[in-house]
Amino acid sequence: MRHRRWPVAKSEPLLAHQFSDRTQQVEADSLGMWVFICTEVMFFGALFTGYALYRFTYDAEFRLASHPVSFLLGSVNTGVLLTSSLFMALALHAAQRGDRRQLLGFLWVTAALGVVFLAIKLKDYSDLWDHGLVPALHFAPDLPMPPRAQLFYVFFFFMTGLHALHVLIGVVVLLGLSWLAYRGRCSPADHPTVENVGLYWHFVDVVWVFLYPLFYLMGRSS
Amino acid sequence: MKPDEHVYAVRAYLGVYAALVGLLMATVAIARLDLGAGNAVAALVIGAVKAVLIVLVFMNARFSPPASRVFAGVGFFWLGILLVLTMGDIVTRGWVPSAGE
Repeated sequence: MRHRRWPVAKSEPLLAHQFSDRTQQVEADSLGMWVFICTEVMFFGALFTGYALYRFTYDAEFRLASHPVSFLLGSVNTGVLLTSSLFMALALHAAQRGDRRQLLGFLWVTAALGVVFLAIKLKDYSDLWDHGLVPALHFAPDLPMPPRAQLFYVFFFFMTGLHALHVLIGVVVLLGLSWLAYRGRCSPADHPTVENVGLYWHFVDVVWVFLYPLFYLMGRSS
Repeated sequence: MKPDEHVYAVRAYLGVYAALVGLLMATVAIARLDLGAGNAVAALVIGAVKAVLIVLVFMNARFSPPASRVFAGVGFFWLGILLVLTMGDIVTRGWVPSAGE
């Protein structure tokens, strides 16, 4: 089962004219996606560095400020995203085997888990809104807050918000991909597309894997 | 073997998923203990292990074309430079008394 190829569809062009063979084309596809992910690493990386800098400078304040952030919602959301990554990997596996029904099913489960993640995120944000912890829009904490708590919440909303935007884009892309697969475009030429969408989705998961300890676990025991 | 042909067995994906969920439960358990600075270190180390598992297996980086693997590494390497040099500056400020003090 490990190296099976797709049955070749007659109508699909397998090779774009600028490539000399299919391996070159697939490698170029993959390289382009990884270059994009590199830019995303730098994009989020600058924010992570900013967070590290301020957290080092105001460690005690950040710990105290992070108390109202829901440990439960963050942990559940981590589980949701990890599970969605499993289904994305299974979707690629189905695409590699040319199993369209399974591909569709797994893509839909992945997208649905993305929606669940966003719904939980919304609950998370609305709880913080109720506590008056949204900088710029509604910052009037109903709990005692250390100085510079607002700085912590600026990082919190900017970083998790940017991440949630990536999840939202991922859900739209997954639905687009499943529409293509539904319309019957499920040929060997499309399996690198599934792979590249998967790369994006897993990358978004990796970002969350670091956001979770930085925002939801800090100061949990203190 | 051509790089685009590597297919993981479903069992490998399930194994990695089980490991990820195990690590998540370990994180949750450790977060409830008071280890001082150890909490942050443990949480970040577990996060890093999760990230490596996702990148190597789910993102198939182990069997990607060499150029892709270079880029996968380069992004994180440059991020490392950014973090290490920035924090190296911030953390060591004040170690050496300046002329004005």
